[in-house]
Amino acid sequence: MREIKADIITERIAELCVAANCVLPCDIKSRIEDARSKEPWHTAQGILDKIIENYGIAERDNVPICQDTGVCCVFLKIGQEVHIDGDLRAAVDEGVRRGYGEGYLRKSVVKDPLRRVNTGDNTPAMLYTEIVPGDKIELTVAPKGFGSENMSKLAMLKPSDGIEGVKAFILQTVKDAGPNPCPPIVVGVGIGGTFDKAAYLAKKALMRSTDVRNSDEFYAELEAEMLEKINSLGIGPQGLGGRTTALAVNIEWMPTHIAGLPVAVNINCHVTRHRTLVI
Amino acid sequence: MEKRITLPLTREMARTIKSGDACLLSGVIYTARDAAHKRLVELVESGKPLPFDIKDATIYYVGPTPAKPGQVIGSAGPTTSYRMDAYSPILIREGETGMIGKGKRGSEVISAMKEYGAVYFAAIGGAGALLSSCIKSAEIVCYEDLGAEAVRRLVVEDLPVVAVIDSEGGNLYETGVSAYLDSLKS
Repeated sequence: MREIKADIITERIAELCVAANCVLPCDIKSRIEDARSKEPWHTAQGILDKIIENYGIAERDNVPICQDTGVCCVFLKIGQEVHIDGDLRAAVDEGVRRGYGEGYLRKSVVKDPLRRVNTGDNTPAMLYTEIVPGDKIELTVAPKGFGSENMSKLAMLKPSDGIEGVKAFILQTVKDAGPNPCPPIVVGVGIGGTFDKAAYLAKKALMRSTDVRNSDEFYAELEAEMLEKINSLGIGPQGLGGRTTALAVNIEWMPTHIAGLPVAVNINCHVTRHRTLVI
Repeated sequence: MEKRITLPLTREMARTIKSGDACLLSGVIYTARDAAHKRLVELVESGKPLPFDIKDATIYYVGPTPAKPGQVIGSAGPTTSYRMDAYSPILIREGETGMIGKGKRGSEVISAMKEYGAVYFAAIGGAGALLSSCIKSAEIVCYEDLGAEAVRRLVVEDLPVVAVIDSEGGNLYETGVSAYLDSLKS
């Protein structure tokens, strides 16, 4: 049994909150720069240039790429041989509180969805934990903006809807979102499981590097096909027309019930942020 | 070529700006998001004066990050505009002529824009670090309790925006996409 102090988790979360908000992951930068080189539409080229300039400024000056520094999604993969010394939930929230306070990040969380008073420190984190083999903890911090979150959807399709039904639902979700989620977007798709697991898979799909395709060739092909279809819609950067509507489609799947075909689409903007480290 | 526009924007000026115009805005703008819009409209509906002069005013839908020491303002890009759709027609009627945000607008907003003369501009969503460099001063006007959502008076210089919906209902979100798709056919 390895012991990890909760204080260490707090410190690391605080660091990850700032880094994730100010420095765009390398794979997303490559996707955007690659898209710029292939973009034929003049307006779209200009917008992509500004987007590239923007994340350059953010990284250089250590300021947030986007003012929506998000609700803080924290994914923990906890090795089953780890004992955490202290209150894990409190440690994570303290990390978010520190990161968002000391990092001059925006506090965008309301305590209650209907009475809507800001918590003032961006807590609580949206915490996802998974128990895995081993004696380490993997921390991922993913600030999630709500311009794109609001454009996400879930459908409980019928098995007879099949793959064509899934494709149509993904495409319609992106079409309906149009300019709202700040395209070019990254599309996270969760297929299977239950109502809630499909949504979780879609969020988890957004944590995967866009350099990595699904390990199952069938789903890797579906990812490629959907990216091509989405980039034929013409929505373009910021919805003003162009080829570059999406940077990547990441799909995660799991077993499901004989009666069901849940599919969830979680949309992320071009500021697709996540940072991971292992303790 | 960008159109340089000095604010405030009169209704007559607003009617001369056309969908698709790339503009650089300079002058005073006010910030307001969902919560501030709700309060502003409640004031209008109860016949009370607004905390700033809405006549010919431009409102930027933004909730900036906190300013670091030495900064005028933190990152300050646009938020999605449709959440303000319930309130905008009332503010346009009261004199608002310019709105800066990103994303689609509802038909009631567009009707009010046509009736009174107003323009909807889009700034690049997610380019908050870049856009904040155009903001030369920022001060809180009211609703400080809302934090990032407080109403701020900003002085901007050459803020880059695109007129997406004009006072005749021209809409670049529709025409831009169809122009691109048409270009593929030729």
